[in-house]
Amino acid sequence: MKNINLQVEDREYLCIIGPSGCGKTTLIKCIAGIIEPDEGEIYIGDKLVNNLPIEDREIGYVFQEIALFPHMNVYNNICYGPFVKGWSISKAENLIKEILNMMRLYDRVRDKPDALSGGARQKTAVARALISGSKLLLLDEPLGSLDAKVRRVLRYELKRLVKDLGLTAIHVTHDQEEAMSIADRIVVMRAGEIVEVGTPIELYMCPKSLFTANFVGEANFFIGDFVGEEDDYVKIDVGGKALYSKCKVNPEDGKVVAVIRPEFVVMKRTGPPREVWRGVIEGRVFLGGSVRFEVRTENDIMIAVKKPLLSEALRFEVGDHVALILPREFLLVYPYPKEGLEKAISIE
Amino acid sequence: MKSVFPSRNNGSMRKLIRKLDELSSRDSIKYLVYASSILFFFAFILLPPIIGILENISQVETILHEPNLLARANAAIIQSFFMAFIIATLDLVAALPLAWFIVRSRIELAHIIDTMVDIPFLIPTAALGYSTLLFWGRPDGISRIFGVESLVPEGFLLVFLLHFSFSYPVIVRVMVGELLNYKEVYEIAARTLGAQPLTAVRTITLPLLKPGIIASFLLAFARSLSETGATVMVAGQWENGPVFLFRVIDMVGLPEHLKSSVLVYVSSILIFTSTILFFLISLLAPKFRFPIRRVFPSIERRLSSSKIIRFRNGLTLLVFLLVVLSPSLFIALPMIGALIDGTLGEALVGSGPWGEFWRSMTISYAIGSLSTIVNIIFGLPAAIVIARRKLGGATPIFKALISIPIIVPSIALGVSLRLFWGRYYFLHEFWILLFSHTTITYTYFVESMAAAMESIPLEIEEVASTLGAKPLTIFREITLPLTKYSMFSGAVLVFTRALGETGAAKAVARTKEFWTTPILLVNWIKDGKIIGSQKALSVGLYIILSFIILLALRLLTRRRK
Amino acid sequence: MPLIELVNVTKRYGNVTAIKNLSLKMNDGEYICVLGPTGSGKTTLLKLIAGIVKPDSGEIYIDGRLVNDVPPQERNVAYVPQYYALFPHMSVIDNVAFGPLSRGFSREEAYKVSMQMLEMTKLAWRANSFPHELSGGMQQRLALARGLASGAKILLLDEPLGALDARLRVELRYKLRGIAKKNKLTTIHVTHDQEEAMVVADRIVVLRNGEIQQEGPPSQVYNEPKSIFVAHFVGGANFLEGFVAEVDQYGSWIQLRNGFLLRVNDVNRVVGERIVVMVREEKVEVIKGARRREEINLFPGAVSEVSFLGDFVSYSITLDNGDKVSSRMPSVFGLKRFGIGERVYVRLKPENLRVYPYPPQGLYKELEVI
Repeated sequence: MKNINLQVEDREYLCIIGPSGCGKTTLIKCIAGIIEPDEGEIYIGDKLVNNLPIEDREIGYVFQEIALFPHMNVYNNICYGPFVKGWSISKAENLIKEILNMMRLYDRVRDKPDALSGGARQKTAVARALISGSKLLLLDEPLGSLDAKVRRVLRYELKRLVKDLGLTAIHVTHDQEEAMSIADRIVVMRAGEIVEVGTPIELYMCPKSLFTANFVGEANFFIGDFVGEEDDYVKIDVGGKALYSKCKVNPEDGKVVAVIRPEFVVMKRTGPPREVWRGVIEGRVFLGGSVRFEVRTENDIMIAVKKPLLSEALRFEVGDHVALILPREFLLVYPYPKEGLEKAISIE
Repeated sequence: MKSVFPSRNNGSMRKLIRKLDELSSRDSIKYLVYASSILFFFAFILLPPIIGILENISQVETILHEPNLLARANAAIIQSFFMAFIIATLDLVAALPLAWFIVRSRIELAHIIDTMVDIPFLIPTAALGYSTLLFWGRPDGISRIFGVESLVPEGFLLVFLLHFSFSYPVIVRVMVGELLNYKEVYEIAARTLGAQPLTAVRTITLPLLKPGIIASFLLAFARSLSETGATVMVAGQWENGPVFLFRVIDMVGLPEHLKSSVLVYVSSILIFTSTILFFLISLLAPKFRFPIRRVFPSIERRLSSSKIIRFRNGLTLLVFLLVVLSPSLFIALPMIGALIDGTLGEALVGSGPWGEFWRSMTISYAIGSLSTIVNIIFGLPAAIVIARRKLGGATPIFKALISIPIIVPSIALGVSLRLFWGRYYFLHEFWILLFSHTTITYTYFVESMAAAMESIPLEIEEVASTLGAKPLTIFREITLPLTKYSMFSGAVLVFTRALGETGAAKAVARTKEFWTTPILLVNWIKDGKIIGSQKALSVGLYIILSFIILLALRLLTRRRK
Repeated sequence: MPLIELVNVTKRYGNVTAIKNLSLKMNDGEYICVLGPTGSGKTTLLKLIAGIVKPDSGEIYIDGRLVNDVPPQERNVAYVPQYYALFPHMSVIDNVAFGPLSRGFSREEAYKVSMQMLEMTKLAWRANSFPHELSGGMQQRLALARGLASGAKILLLDEPLGALDARLRVELRYKLRGIAKKNKLTTIHVTHDQEEAMVVADRIVVLRNGEIQQEGPPSQVYNEPKSIFVAHFVGGANFLEGFVAEVDQYGSWIQLRNGFLLRVNDVNRVVGERIVVMVREEKVEVIKGARRREEINLFPGAVSEVSFLGDFVSYSITLDNGDKVSSRMPSVFGLKRFGIGERVYVRLKPENLRVYPYPPQGLYKELEVI
């Protein structure tokens, strides 16, 4: 981690995303006290916690490995927090009942972890962290070991629980779709640094960096040249064609990268010659709710286009000639990165 | 681009290997190899002692008519188990904190201590015995500081200190391994939930380490029960089973049939009691629950403080250095003295008593090497049978049976083996010695190889077979390279154990001609005609030579890596 | 003649039946995804074809030949297990050369072929590295190269992208299919991620508890799921419980909760039958509820949750009768169309509705989501 500066609001559901090894787990481990930072301060509430041991930081932590105590059943696992702090039974009882109900774990309380399904284990781990009574919840890939389908359902339950209980959550994940669907704000990390922070919509619609543009959802990237400004828009040239964008750039060497997400590319059979890029459909994949096309344009650029099923998407076939429009409201422009485009957006 | 495949241009060698590989896919060949290794175990390892004792059980009759001898025998047997129990318990309490220190501490010292713990392992127990005797019980040792002739004279207490010091490293090694395998995340999870470090260890870590704790308890127990050579040196008037047997074998004036009766009586009781006790503890101990129902947050917070931890570490290190390490290394002093004063000269020439010393060394090393080779050849397939569960549901039973030879006191095993193999008059005494040493060390190799093979994920071998590799190819190219280290340490374990074995050797070798070095050393210590420096040097040479061999072996394998 | 065929294959482990009477045909050059939840038997299926485990009953044919008793080393199938099982003590190129060498290639031949494989998977520059030095994506490519080096034409992939980050998964799945098609391989790709299956497969086989629930091209499985489980597993689906109130020659009327009536095109229903209606999330139309309207299948409700998913926005709507539905709307149509609490109308066109009999053990259990 390099010089991380971050503020998390009370009752916020914050997600931290980034490729493996970007430092996101290190970050929450520092907050928890599991790892000590070499430099800098960490405050929880307004208390400086740098020298406070883990057990005194009052946080709930859900581990990537789940880490349920194998020798204890579900009930004893969940109640470990209150038990170990010496709380009286009545103090914790209400909270325990409430959470067991919310997570539908009532009929599993006597089971040991190895008798539970993956989803039940995950829920138990979350319940255990919640019942410890902390106001701050740190989650390290809490849904990581589950099937895709189960993850998509559980993530909403997780968010609802956190909000209902009025907690603050910092949820680390490598799955940007997961983060987008439940986070109030998202932190994008890469190679130990924070690249960008914003709401899901901000990161998706106007990412401030090329890396974010590529990481948070699919995007088309074109290399082009800066031409000039026209009214409120910036004009660039990509492969001989003019494109417009609202993003203000003025790169020294005149090279730019234009970005547009596949679902914002308009694809028609024909269109006004000035604005369109003509091309041929070379690939077509059915995605369920939408269809993804790969179109090779006349200036030899491959563009991915996504059309929802509600449109006439299904009528386009491989080999069809089409006209593409890259609307200026959705086209983003960035200065060409020093390290080269491939390195700048690389996820590995 | 190197390859693990044979790069020899020797075409016929490769053809042979290829032919063997192909044979290995045939089910019949596979069954033959596994069956013969299982047969070897039963025919050579497990059944001979059992049959040896059972066939001669009628001899027990005689001693029952000798009340004095009987009483002495019974007392010795009880003392065996009594001592073993105390040792295992106290060693566990003392060694566990050191294992903890080694794994969890972040100071450089931990690393050094880790290496130092291995030292008593490398010293054969007979040598440890003499060293302990000098350290605690002779004027030149620690007694001088206290101004007495002998701080701890021969007897119960000295035996206790001896057994304590050589079971200690065993427990540390096992627990260090367990702690390294233990996922610390459980403890951290407990602390994130608000548990004080001590509470987390008590309620989470210790219960999860139970299997390792039970295993080390049993190992220490078995070791104390079985050790003969060193114990005889320091026992004085005290007797446990092995010491008693040792003395009976040497007893002059005892009629042969009575001697035989005593041996059979004590050996059979030792064998059967230790086996039953061992399995009883293995089955019942896991049910024992650590007290984790109550917490004491404020007390445990104070006990987790760094001051307390430093005190605990200091105490543990003190015990380790004073009670375990120093007595083990003490022999170095008189040994160096013996090197300087000319004794070395006569030793190397072989004059006087040194002739029989070198003879015993030759026998010991021959037996050691042969036992190792035999155990590797027959032990590898057995390890595969266990690791890959070739016997299906019966595999745990086989695994349990394999552990029997190291549970049983080796001198008792020796007695029973002599009875069994002694029937075959054509068998030279050397062979009986070899069989006995092989029996006693078989388990070490098989268990360590099986554990290493089990840790190779099954998928790797499965993938290799889909890539076209025959079973023998997989074994050669995948399994062996990945378990190389364990095979080496298993072999070393067998070799050093065979080298250091006293009890069984004593029971088997009746004539002085076939004395192995440990037996010789035990006799020399007692012998008035052998002077101090000769004793010290003999022990010293014994240690140094095995050191050198081990070092050489270690360097050889390192270069190949 | 199909390249791979399983006929009534059963495989048990103790008293758990992993594969139950399964029959499946795979044609030369096909890319098949076996899709199912954890524990549905997908890995066992691959192991049966690879020969690592033997079936308890039934026959397995590869290229017309009965292979039940043929050991794995003689089947020439490229098997890539879930966590790759790379040989940790061998370098990258030695890993790849292992197959050819085991099959009797000469050393020169084996290493030549291995370099070719490494070039194809763009790993040639790491030929002398060791597996633990490679990133996740590179390890996966290595496992692939190793499997294909000896020229196998059948590729078995067990959750090949499971160990990778979500974003990497999306990038690499196209490449996997590309390599398979370019080398004319017949591929069986096992996964629990239905989005992945939809994108890469020629044909999807949905597996549950060792039995095939449905198989067919992705669009067919998606649009015409034969069971509630398949409908739920292969994409986002809404389920509404009800009873059949009336049946006529063009369709039926379904009585939902609290008096709502739903029109469906299904004529094969019986009055009084308890049923479940399924509609895909992207087929749920949401309209602003300003004006009251009279129309079939138009239900009033309120938006309870809005979730931004990137290229889609998901709205959870609680209908006035208590039922809950989710609607997925492309982001292009606007990000803030409906706010939480807003009154809306939900339109469910009959042609987008599918009717299923109510499952005996209850709907919740059938959906099998923990």
